[in-house]
Amino acid sequence: MVVQLFVTCLVDGFAPQVGRATVRLLEQHGQTVEFPVDQTCCGQPALNAGIREDARAMAAHTVAVLDKTQGPIVVPSGSCAEMMIHRFPELLSSGPEAAAALRVANRVRELTQFLVDDLSIDVQATGAGTVTVHKSCHGLRGLGIETEIETLVDGVEGVERCDLEGADECCGFGGLFSIEMPEVSTAILNTKLDHVVASGAQTVVGGDISCLMHIGGGLHRRGSAIETRHVVELLVEDE
Amino acid sequence: MTPVTFRERSVRELGTQKVVNIGKATRRKTADRISAAAAYPAMEQMRDRAREIRLHTLKHLSDYLAQFADSVERQGGQVYFAADADEANEYVSRLALDRGVQKIVKSKSMVTEEIDLNDHLESSGLEVVETDLGEFIIQIAGEKPTHIISPVMHKNRYEIGELFASELGIEYSDDPLVLNDAARRHLRSIFLAADMGISGVNFGVADTGTITTVTNEGNARLTTGAPRIHVAIMGMERLVPNAGDLTVMLEVLGRSGTGQALTVYTNLITGPRAFDEQDGPDELHVVILDNGRSEALASSSAEILACIRCGACLNVCPVFREAGGHAYGSTYPGPIGAVLTPALFGHDEWGDLPFASSLCGACKDACPIRIDIPSLLLEQRAESMNAGGGDFAWLKPGLAAYRRIATNPVLWRGFLAAGGVFGKATGDWVTRMPFHAGNWTSTRDLPAPAEQSFHSWWKEHRS
Repeated sequence: MVVQLFVTCLVDGFAPQVGRATVRLLEQHGQTVEFPVDQTCCGQPALNAGIREDARAMAAHTVAVLDKTQGPIVVPSGSCAEMMIHRFPELLSSGPEAAAALRVANRVRELTQFLVDDLSIDVQATGAGTVTVHKSCHGLRGLGIETEIETLVDGVEGVERCDLEGADECCGFGGLFSIEMPEVSTAILNTKLDHVVASGAQTVVGGDISCLMHIGGGLHRRGSAIETRHVVELLVEDE
Repeated sequence: MTPVTFRERSVRELGTQKVVNIGKATRRKTADRISAAAAYPAMEQMRDRAREIRLHTLKHLSDYLAQFADSVERQGGQVYFAADADEANEYVSRLALDRGVQKIVKSKSMVTEEIDLNDHLESSGLEVVETDLGEFIIQIAGEKPTHIISPVMHKNRYEIGELFASELGIEYSDDPLVLNDAARRHLRSIFLAADMGISGVNFGVADTGTITTVTNEGNARLTTGAPRIHVAIMGMERLVPNAGDLTVMLEVLGRSGTGQALTVYTNLITGPRAFDEQDGPDELHVVILDNGRSEALASSSAEILACIRCGACLNVCPVFREAGGHAYGSTYPGPIGAVLTPALFGHDEWGDLPFASSLCGACKDACPIRIDIPSLLLEQRAESMNAGGGDFAWLKPGLAAYRRIATNPVLWRGFLAAGGVFGKATGDWVTRMPFHAGNWTSTRDLPAPAEQSFHSWWKEHRS
C-alpha cells in the first residue's frame, strides 16, 4: 500500500530521526512511503494562539498539498494528527477547502494507531533497559490512543516497561503555553518529572516529539541521565 | 502592586502550602469521582441525557425562564429579573432594609460571590453570616473561595484549627469533628436570630417553580427555612424543564462533584410557607441574574452556560492543581472559569484567562455535561486576540511571520536549513534563548535543531 508521510514540523526540524525510523519501519512492513515535499506545518500553533486566520492559511496549505496524493496519511504525532482530523474540517468549513479538508481528515492516521490497529504489525526489534510511557494528551483524549504505545513497547525484546504514575496527566507543554505561562508550565512539568524519576525507567517513551522535547528539556536541565525517545525509535534502527 | 494578570497571580501561588493542599484534594476528589462513576452503570448514559437536557434548556431559555417565573409567582413567590450585579444587589439590600432586617444568613452561592453581595449588604449596614462551613471559614479568614464547590480547599485542617482558635476563641484543635462542632455551635444561634436567609440555586425547575439546593451540611435547609424571608439568587441559565430532568442532573452532579451518589441534603423548595404549613418563610424572592449571560448565550461560547458547577474540571486540570483557584482572580476559576469569566465580563480585563490552559482536554473528559471546554478555550482565545491580545499581542507578528514561511515550501526548506546551521553551532542543547523564547530556557533546555532536517535527508536519500 502507498502511504503518505506527514512528518510534522518538529520532527522535520528537531527530530528527523523519528521521520527516518518511521519510513524504515513502514517499509519493513510492506508499505511504499511517499513524502509530499511541499508539506510544512499543520498550523496548530496559530490555532492555539487564537489567530484563526493564520491557522486557516497553514491548514489550507497542508490540505492542498495532501489532497493531491493517495492513500493513508501517516503522522508520527497524536497532536498534529488530532489537529488534522478534528480541527481542519472545523477551521476550513466555510471556505473553498471544506471538501478537501474532510477528504484529508478522513485519510489521516496517527502512526501508532496505524501500526497497531490498521497493520497489526508484529514488532521485530530488540532493545535493552527500562522504559516508561508518557501518554500525550491530544493522542490519548483526542484520538483514543490508550494502549497502542504500550503494545508496541511490549513487543520489543529485552525492554522492560515500568509504570508511570499520572501517565495520562499533561506534561505542561501545551505548545506556546510553555512560553506564555512559563512558570505554571514548569510547575506541571516538575510534577511529571518527579513521576518519571520515581518510575525508575532509563527512557521515557511517547508518541509525540513535542511533549518529549519538553520532558527531555526538563530532565536535561536537572542533569538527569534519563532519555526521551519517540516509540518508533525503539522499533527500528536508524540508518 | 496588585497583580493584574493570571501569570502574575500564579507566580505568587506556585509552590505554596495553599497549592500543595489543592494538589492533594483535587487528586482525591478525582479518584472519588471516577469510583462513583464506575459504581453506577448508567453514568455514561446519564451524562448524555444531562447534556441533551442542558442544551435543550439553553436553546429555549427565554421560554423556560418565563414558565419558571410564572410558576414561582403562582406558588406565592416573587420574581425579580436583575440585568446586572448592581440591580441584584440593590434589590436584596432594599428588600432587607424595607423589611427591617438586621441579620442575614447565607448558604453557599457562587452567584452571590460573582456580584459581591456580601460587601454590598455590609456597606448597607446589614450583618451577613456565611453558614456553609467552607464559606464560613473563608468569611472569618477574610479571603475568597478557591474552588467553586470546595471554597476552602486551599487550607488544611491545621490552618483551620489556628484560624478558629484566633477568630472564634476556642482551644486549638486540628480534629475536623471538633472544628465542625465549633462552627455548628457558633452558627446555631445566628440561624435562630436571622431575619433573612439568602441561598443560591443549583437548579430551578421550570414547570413547578421549584428551587433546588444541594448541600452536605443541611445549612441550606436552615437558611431557607428558619428566617422569615428567603431570597434565592440564581444565574439565569440554571433551569431544567421538569422534575424528571432534575433527577438526571442530580444523578450526575453529586457523582461528578464529590463522588457521592447523592449529596446528603437535596432541598426542593416550592413557594414560601403556605397557610396550612407550619414551617418556612413568609416571603420567597427569586432573583434571576443576567450579568452578561444573555451576551454569552448569543456568542460562539454559549455551551459554557450548560455548566452545572460540579467542579470536576477544576479537579483534573493540571493548571488548577499547580496554581490554585486564586491565580485566576475570578469567582470562577479552572477550565470552566477560564471560559466563563471572559465570556461574561469581557476580554479587556479577562482576556488572558483562556491562555491559562495547556489544552490537555482532561476537563472535557471529566465534565458530566461533556462540554467541549478545549474548543471553547480556543474560541475565547480568538476573541482575546480580536480584542487586541493584551500581553499576548506579540504572538501576532510572530505567527504572521511563521505563516509566511509555512505557506511557502521554498521558504520552509530555507527555514529548516537555517535551523540546521544554528543547531550545528550550538551543540546538542540550547540553554539560553533571547526574547520570548527565553521563557522556555529559563527553566528547560531545548534540544538543538537537527543539522540535517527530515526534508533534506529525504531529498538526499529517497527522492
